[in-house]
Amino acid sequence: MTVHQPSELELDRRRYRRSRGRRSVLVAIGSTLAFALIVWLTIVNTPGWSQVQRAFFDPEIAWASLPRVWDGFLLNLQVMGLSVITVGACALVIAVLRTLRGPVFFPLRALAAAYTDLFRGIPFIIVLYIVGFGIPTIVGVRIPPIVLGVIAVTLTYSAYVSEVIRAGIEAVHPSQRLAARALGLRHGQTMRRIVLPQALRKMTPPLMNDFVSMQKDVGLISILGAVDAVRAAQIIQGQTYNFTPYVVAGLLFVLLAIPTIRLTDWYTARLRTREQSGSLL
Amino acid sequence: MTALLRATGLWKAFGEREVLRGVDVEVAKHEVVALIGASGSGKSTLLRCLGLLETIDDGQILLADQDISDPRVDANRIRARFGAVFQSYNLFPHLSVLENVTLASRIVHDVPRREAEQRGLALLDRIGLADLAKEHPDRLSGGQQQRAAIVRAIATEPEVLLLDEITSALDPELVGEVLGLVSELAADGATILMATHEMAFAREVAHRIVFLDGGEVLEEGPPEQVLAAPREERTREFLSRFLA
Repeated sequence: MTVHQPSELELDRRRYRRSRGRRSVLVAIGSTLAFALIVWLTIVNTPGWSQVQRAFFDPEIAWASLPRVWDGFLLNLQVMGLSVITVGACALVIAVLRTLRGPVFFPLRALAAAYTDLFRGIPFIIVLYIVGFGIPTIVGVRIPPIVLGVIAVTLTYSAYVSEVIRAGIEAVHPSQRLAARALGLRHGQTMRRIVLPQALRKMTPPLMNDFVSMQKDVGLISILGAVDAVRAAQIIQGQTYNFTPYVVAGLLFVLLAIPTIRLTDWYTARLRTREQSGSLL
Repeated sequence: MTALLRATGLWKAFGEREVLRGVDVEVAKHEVVALIGASGSGKSTLLRCLGLLETIDDGQILLADQDISDPRVDANRIRARFGAVFQSYNLFPHLSVLENVTLASRIVHDVPRREAEQRGLALLDRIGLADLAKEHPDRLSGGQQQRAAIVRAIATEPEVLLLDEITSALDPELVGEVLGLVSELAADGATILMATHEMAFAREVAHRIVFLDGGEVLEEGPPEQVLAAPREERTREFLSRFLA
């Protein structure tokens, strides 16, 4: 096979595009630096900046509080890790229940619908109070806050996530289901092999949205008395009268969210290139 | 000639609109029957009803003398005995071509993966798509996709093939490769019921033509009679649009 030699015309175009590309990068760097400088000077010269800096961005307190806030953050991570599994499983079951057809399944369908309506409506903090302080009084044994946190998060987020899954299921074109049933696949097989895998691709962005939202709400378990990142920050704040630990805790949550968001972008892009030919404009 | 597939008095309405109004149709083993008729005459609905992809409002469908329109039969089992190919291919975009072709064998007919893949590859090789077996369907041309869809339908050796205007979504230059494959299947003795607008192809391959008009069978017979010397005025009118 001969390798195609680009014509002089094409080479010229490529040179032009390269030079334009270099120029764009330089312009972007220049404007970013200038913008950052202006913002920085504005902030630093604003009256009261030094008080703000001391109250929220004290590097010494930040450094000193990091180990304890980090220890607390590990608890948030545990709750989150467990919740991802429980929420995923519960939400899938609820979503599939809602797509079941046939009169036998009416009670299950209705129950699933009522559940999603209820728990999407209740503020998470109420669920947290009811689960976190209500359940222990009934059971009478001490339940670790991590378990209570996972239960509360699961109750609320399964409702949200199941709606995303259901929307994803319904977004798969009916002709796909038709083709699968025509091959003799049963309803369940069609769901598992054909509909859900395709729905998952459509669901990823909204699902990740809920996931990031959940990452943050896990910080609310501090009200159950668990020493998580937020609670640890609060304790240090009480000792130092400085709000920097909250900023540290907040940054940890942000840092956690960023890779999740980037990972989603990368994953969806990869699926797209594998299943679609041609470039996207 | 005993019919392998026989439908009598099929009625089907979508809401107020009656799409099938007492259709009788039969296909013998190894027979190729072409359904012709204008858009909206009920061809697609008839094929779907026969393949149990749509419920019927009245009438009876017999497959090898078994009443498959009886709600007590396991419809999934019956569907697996048909092979269906659609106008818009309907390949599964998240599966490779080979996975598309082997899915039903493995999941519905419990054929071991290796065996299903060997068979699938052999079929794809026959239509010159073996090189693209690992690709996802969107990488294929329309003609290649439709041929893959046909292979998917025949991979489980169905008793009857239902083809629903399988070349309508294709460019004229790609129509030939798809029809070529259907001709081969017909020559191999497949039992085929196909809705088509390709009159030349129907004349060449079909043993019998059924003209559907307004949800009723208006005329049927051998191609040379229905296409060349139609008895009904409506048939003549319909055909004249293809010859113009």
